[in-house]
Formats: sequence, structure tokens, C-alpha cells
Amino acid sequence: MLKQIEGSHGVSEAVALCRPEVICAYPITPQTHIVEDLGALVKSGKLENCEYINVESEFAALSVGIGSSAAGARTYTATASQGMLFMAEAVYNASGLGLPIVMTVGNRSIGAPINIWNDQSDSMSMRDAGWIQLFVEDNQQAVDIHIQAFKIAEALSLPVMVCMDGFILTHAIEGIDVPEQKQVDKFLPSFAPRQILDPENPISIGAMVGPEAFTEVRYLAHQKQKEALKLIPKINEEFKKIFGRDSGGLISTFNVEDADTVIVTLGSVIGTIQEALDEQDQNIGALTIRSFRPFPLEEIRTALKNVKRVVVFEKCFAVGIGGIVANNVRMALSGTNIEVYEVIGGLGGRPITRKSLHKLFKDAVKDNLETVTFLDLKKDVVERELKREKELIQSGSVAENVLRDVGVVNVAKTT
Amino acid sequence: MSHQQVKFYQTGTLTVGNRLLDAAQRTVQATIDRSNSLDSGHRACQGCGEALGARYAIDTALRETNNKVIAANATGCLEVFTTPYPETSWTLPWIHSLFGNAPAIGTGIAAAMKVKGREDIRVIAQGGDGGTTDIGFGCLSGMFERNDDVLYICYDNQGYMNTGVQRSSATPGGARTATTMPVGPEPGAEFDKGKNVPLIAMAHEIPYVATASIDRLHDLEAKVKKAMSVRGARYLQIFVPCPLGWGSAPAQTVNLARLAVESGVWPLFEGEYGEITSVTKIRKQVPVEEYLKPQRRFAHVVKSPEQLSAVQAIADRNIRKFSLLEEQE
Amino acid sequence: MFQVRIHGRGGQGVVSAAEILSVAAFIEGKHSQAVPSFGSERMGAPVVSFCRIDDKPIRLREPIMEPDALIVQDPTLFNAIDVFAGLSKNGYLLINSKRSIDELGISNAINLPEDKVRLVPATEIALQHIKRPLPNAVLLGALAAVTGVIQIDSVAEAIASKFPGKIGDVNIQAAKAAYELLSHNNQEEITC
Repeated sequence: MLKQIEGSHGVSEAVALCRPEVICAYPITPQTHIVEDLGALVKSGKLENCEYINVESEFAALSVGIGSSAAGARTYTATASQGMLFMAEAVYNASGLGLPIVMTVGNRSIGAPINIWNDQSDSMSMRDAGWIQLFVEDNQQAVDIHIQAFKIAEALSLPVMVCMDGFILTHAIEGIDVPEQKQVDKFLPSFAPRQILDPENPISIGAMVGPEAFTEVRYLAHQKQKEALKLIPKINEEFKKIFGRDSGGLISTFNVEDADTVIVTLGSVIGTIQEALDEQDQNIGALTIRSFRPFPLEEIRTALKNVKRVVVFEKCFAVGIGGIVANNVRMALSGTNIEVYEVIGGLGGRPITRKSLHKLFKDAVKDNLETVTFLDLKKDVVERELKREKELIQSGSVAENVLRDVGVVNVAKTT
Repeated sequence: MSHQQVKFYQTGTLTVGNRLLDAAQRTVQATIDRSNSLDSGHRACQGCGEALGARYAIDTALRETNNKVIAANATGCLEVFTTPYPETSWTLPWIHSLFGNAPAIGTGIAAAMKVKGREDIRVIAQGGDGGTTDIGFGCLSGMFERNDDVLYICYDNQGYMNTGVQRSSATPGGARTATTMPVGPEPGAEFDKGKNVPLIAMAHEIPYVATASIDRLHDLEAKVKKAMSVRGARYLQIFVPCPLGWGSAPAQTVNLARLAVESGVWPLFEGEYGEITSVTKIRKQVPVEEYLKPQRRFAHVVKSPEQLSAVQAIADRNIRKFSLLEEQE
Repeated sequence: MFQVRIHGRGGQGVVSAAEILSVAAFIEGKHSQAVPSFGSERMGAPVVSFCRIDDKPIRLREPIMEPDALIVQDPTLFNAIDVFAGLSKNGYLLINSKRSIDELGISNAINLPEDKVRLVPATEIALQHIKRPLPNAVLLGALAAVTGVIQIDSVAEAIASKFPGKIGDVNIQAAKAAYELLSHNNQEEITC
């Protein structure tokens, strides 16, 4: 049924349709509306056969999830930002133990400095933990991919995180077609665990593995993610048949066949990018990565094979080196002559505007870009701080200096 | 108490023989068809108090539930010596996740059992003092305050033994550990620190809290039995000497556990919803020196009148606080 | 695409306004997107929300830089932030105030024809019908009258869906009152 609802609310409805048995989460901006909604659904009885647990930290939240999943219950949680880091040990534990937990990540930056707004640092911080990471472009995809996530997770016995841009998607109200329970039941059978804690058939889970076997166990985890590269499109096809929408898969492409330049990105920014591309007449295409882990090396390489240059636009970066997504894309394009430009934008919720994108496109097609560009960087503010640090030993805290500086610039304009 | 309390006063030995008891009163551990949750073949040290305590505790739980227990174990000695890959000595369903989350894992398993309508299957979460009083403390308190239907058992050997005997918040004043070495006149572990988790559990007003010791296994079994007879959050802290970490002879493990109780160092009590419901009286108070002498970790304390009296003061305070002497009522 | 930017302070229902507007458009079978500008949730702090309405699916997610309609729920904001930034030359401006543009001291800041600028005594209308100084629904009624981008009946239905019961009813009354008031104003100007 088509509804005009908040993204978070769409997600909670989608998760509820998947008949989760244990939901355990700790509140953190911007995921709060999701867990609040689910709590209300359980309390009211609309979501039956579900235990909803309020815990004391994110570490506890995912740990409770590990316990319940290992005991055979379909389990869901959600987090963002600092919360993701607080549960980091459990994140690795869940994938290491092969537990099909589904987790929503309301993408938000990581401090210090503390910042509640959107970027993708939180998901990226756990990119090597062995979870499947799917990034959604809009709230319809958020709904659809959560439903697919449970199926993917349980088929592989691997946890899946569904990443959606905090505030931009979680708090946006737009038209979403929420599926019917009948459709979801047809698509998603009940959870049949690969391993289960059961007194009738006792097993020990979580043994120590020494040097003689550790590599093999980790290699198998790697193989499982590669298996996911085939499974994710397959599940999307199954989804399409029942729900009538193409909502998943590994990547999406727009006009890449004839393009010289392709913008590669993840998440909701593709909407603004597409609008900007339609407003100009250069031969520029776009590619959205939906599955970041496993990373679709072959698919990206194939899609971009005739392209001259690629601009990877990401809302995160690896401090001290450059783009994270960009470096993964470079791997996909290794051996080709395709130029890869790394553009880092939207950090800490800085808006990405068509105006800035148009300038970026113009520079890109002329190869007038540095290898790494920070979009809309306030160079004067940066210069001032660098100068301050050169001149004073006790130059003060960088974040506070910059804030004060940015304020000074604004006041100067109005007087 | 409903179990048989048997006291034998033979000199020169601490052995209590089953053959002196009526068949009906013999411990179930002596029967051939006993459950054996922690099977032989594990890699515990000779004289490990924890191995003894864990087997008795879990066996009792299995008896009480008709073999329907799932256990979650924190990282630590117990987890390590019972599951040397590719073997396991656990004969019940068992999971080890992380060091600090055993209580939360327990919560999760209990939630799954509830949602599946299998609340007949009970949950035990367990760990050493490190995983309980320190790194697992947040999750423990959360499990308590939610009154999750989990029995948490802490095997307290007063230090991080598995990683090489480092100090935990359960390490008593004066004790030498790798991170609290006595230097000159200074004690090992400082005296004004530490955490009393059984009393903290009492402050959460959960349905059942108890302390136990491996010197009296029937008492331990009775407390586990009592714990399994109620629902909600329950906590049991068992005193388990560690010959390696304490620098004591493996054959002294049970004796040291007895001396800890009889000196007042380790008070035995039970509590429900924040109120003490029973204590085990000390027949004859033993001076702490007798308890400390056989342990090299207290060598420094024994040589220092100041530190020795500090330990004695703690024992005396426990006796007073819990009214442990038989004359006191 | 029609873009509306709403300015106000925390506690004045700025975010709800955008949501209700988007629902009204949805009821009419249009595509719409409502988004709050996200800041700490403090009563009294400046808040901005955005609503886009279009006949085709909306892909754009940047903040509304060039609004087609600007709603100002709190005139004290003129001293605090640059409310008018990007206001389209063909845009509409609705301000919650009993005073005139000159009295508000903003005549130099605006460059719009008179019929595009409407001052609405929204707080007063709200106090009359809702008994609380919540101008958001009122201003949506005014928006319907002035721009015609959505129908008043859709606004009413949208309010009812978000605020069922008595609260919804009184808000609808207030919105309709503003709609009537501004529709009459429209008519007066046409006949003048």
C-alpha cells in the first residue's frame, strides 16, 4: 500500500513484516524513530511473537542479538555512528560466528568532533568485519532491501547491515509502497538456522581456533561473501517476481554505456547527482554501488570498461590516504587506463548541492581535478588554522578554532 | 536448608567418605549415572577450583531442569580449558561470544526461548571475576535491572588468571598479581579498592543472590537448586581458589576455600529481593594468617604486621556485618 | 517542481507543517518530499523544514536553495538568520504577522510583487480556533489560498490523518479560516 511516511517508519513496517522474533536496540540519533516504532508495534500487539528488549548500550544490544540468533530466533537491531563503534567487538563476533542478524545503520558521522549528521563513516568503519553491507538510495529501497536482507542473511548464515543516510532518508517523508504481509510471507520463509543452541542436540559454539585452522575459517568467510555476489542479484530477481519492483542487486547504472565520465557513488546522493546530470549536456553517466560488501569488482569493471575517467564520490574517507570507496574502485579498475578521481563530500552532513556538482562535472570532464578533492572545502578557514598552528604552540583545539572562525566569517559578511 | 549438612571432625584429613553415609544420603556425584556437564578431558590445571565448581553447579542445574539448560560463557579460563579446538568438554548446548557480554548473551537466549514458547529451557551465563566484575559489569547490571530470566554464575578466583594473573576489581587487598606487585613496604593490591558484586547484585533487588564456596559442594548444589527454582535474574558467586595464580599447592584448593569461609574472608550468604535471607555461621573463627600463609600471593602480607591486620580487619568486619559467628544472633 | 521552505522556531510545528503539506500533495496523487533541517531539538531555536511537490518522482535531496514559496512562522527570525536566501523572483512569501512589511522592517530585503507577499495573522487565528499559538496549520491554509499548489480539502485531510480527533478538527478549522481570509483578499485585489 502506497503511504506518505517517514523513512524510519517505512523501515519499521518492513522489519515488522519480516516477523522478527527478537528486537533489541539502544537509541542513537538518527535511528531512534525506527526502534521506537518497533517497540510500539510490539507493545500494541500488532507485531506478535516478538520480544522487544531495551538494553543499556549498543554492545549489549548486539550481544543480546547474538544470543538470540544463536538460539534460533530471527533477530534485528539498529544503530549508527558512535553506537556502531561501541558494538564493534560484537560486530566482528556476529559475523565470525555466522549469525544471520539484520541491522539497520542510520549513517552518521563518527566523532571526535561529535556530529549528529549524515555521512557514511560508521558503516565504513566496519567494512572489514565480514558483514554484508547494502546501501540504499531512497526510502522505497530501504523498505525493499530490509526484506531482502533477512533472506540473504539466512541463506548465507551471515549478518547483513542495511545502510541508509541518516536524516536525509531516515527523517524524510516521501511516498513508499509498503508491501502486504502475504507477499512477505511468500518471499521470506521462517528462519531455519544452520546452527542452534538446543538441549536436544547440544553443541558448543565459539571455540578457540589456533594457528593450524584459523586461516581456513577466515578464508571460508571470504568465500561466503563471494558467494553473496551471486546470491544478492538472485534474491533481487525473486523479490521482483513477488513485489514487482527491481530494488536490490549489486549496482545500478545510468547512461554508462556511452559515457566518457562516470560518477560512482553510494546511497541517497545519487538522486541529486541524477538531477544535476539531467540539467547539463556533457556525456556523464553514474553508477551506484548497492552492495559495498561484498564489493562487486567484476560488475563494476564491466560496467566501466569503456569509460575514460571515473569520479568516485563518497561520504567518508581514510584519514591519511584518501577515499575508501575510491580505493576499492581502483581495485576493480586495475590494469585499465581509466583515471580515477576521489571526491570526498557531504562529511558531517554538509549539503551536496547541484551547484557544487555542476562545477565538479565541469572540472572532471576537463581532467581539471586533483586526485583527491574535498568538495566545498573552506580553504580560507583551513589556511587560517594552519597558520595559527605554525605560530603558536598552544594553538587551541582545532574543532573549536574552526567553529569560531566559521562564525567570524559570517558576522563579517552582514556588517 | 533442605540438603544433608554433614560435618566430620577427623584430624589430619579433610576427607569425607560416602561409605559412612546412608545410601539415600550419598551425593549424586557418586552415582554412575550422574550427568557430567563438564566432561573429563578438559585442560584445567591440577587443583583448579573453577573446574570443580563449574561441574557441580551446571550438573545441579541440569538435574533440576531435566537436562534443559543452555549456557553462555565469557572468555576466560573456563572457556579456554573446556574448548581446546577441535574438542569440547561441555555436554550441554554452550556458546562463547566475547569477554564482556556473557550476561547479554544470556538475555538473548532467554528472549529466544520465551518467544518460542520454550521457557522450560533455562539459561545460565557464566564467567570468571574478570568477565563479571569488570568488563562484563555493564551487561551484568543491565541483565539484573531488566530481571531477565538468567542465572549468572561468577567463578571468583580473584584475578585475570588466564592471561597471566593480573589484578581485577575482585582482587583482595595485599594480593600480589602481575599488575599489583608488592614493592618494599607497599602492599600488592591496594586495600582501599575493589568491588563487592554480590552486594551490588543485592542492591539491584533481584530474586536471588548467593555466595558459595567449593569447600562445601552440597551447599553449592543447594544454592544452584534454589536458584533454578525461581525465575528472573539470579546471581551466584562461587569462591574458587587458583593454585597457579595464588601460588598455592594444588592439593590445598579445597582447604583454602574452607579457610576463606572459616576466617570470615569469604562470607557465605543468600539474599532475595535485596534482603539477606540466610548466612552460614562460622563454628570457630580462624585467624586470617592461617588462610594467607599457604598462598605465595600473600607472602608479603604475612611478613607485614600492618598488612596482616588490614586483612584481619576486613575479615572481622565481614563477620560483624553478616553476623557470621555462631554465638551472634 | 514546487519547493516550499518553512522557517520558524522549535516548538512551532515547523516540521509538522512540511509533513502535512507533503501528505496533502500525496492525497492529490502527487509526489512529495518533506524533510526537516536537522539540528538539536531545542525549543525556541531556529528551525527550517522543506517540502517539494511534483508530478513526477522527486530525486533531488539538497536543501531547498530557491524556494517557490517561503513561509515564515516567526517574524523575529528576520534578525537571526537570512530567511529570504534564494527566494525565487516569482516566489510567494507568507509571513505570520499582523504588521505590515514596512512595520516589520523588511521592505528592503524583499523584491517581490505585492500580490506575492501575504501577511497572515496566523497566531491570532490559531489562538481563536486552537486556543494555542500554533500557526503552522493556519499558514498551510493560507498557502493553499495564495498559491493553489494544493487544495484546502487536501490540507484538511492531511491534518486529520496526522492529528486525529479534536486536535485535528480545530487545526482544520483554523486552516480553513486562513484559507477563507486569503481567498477574500485575493478577490479584493482582483476587483480593485
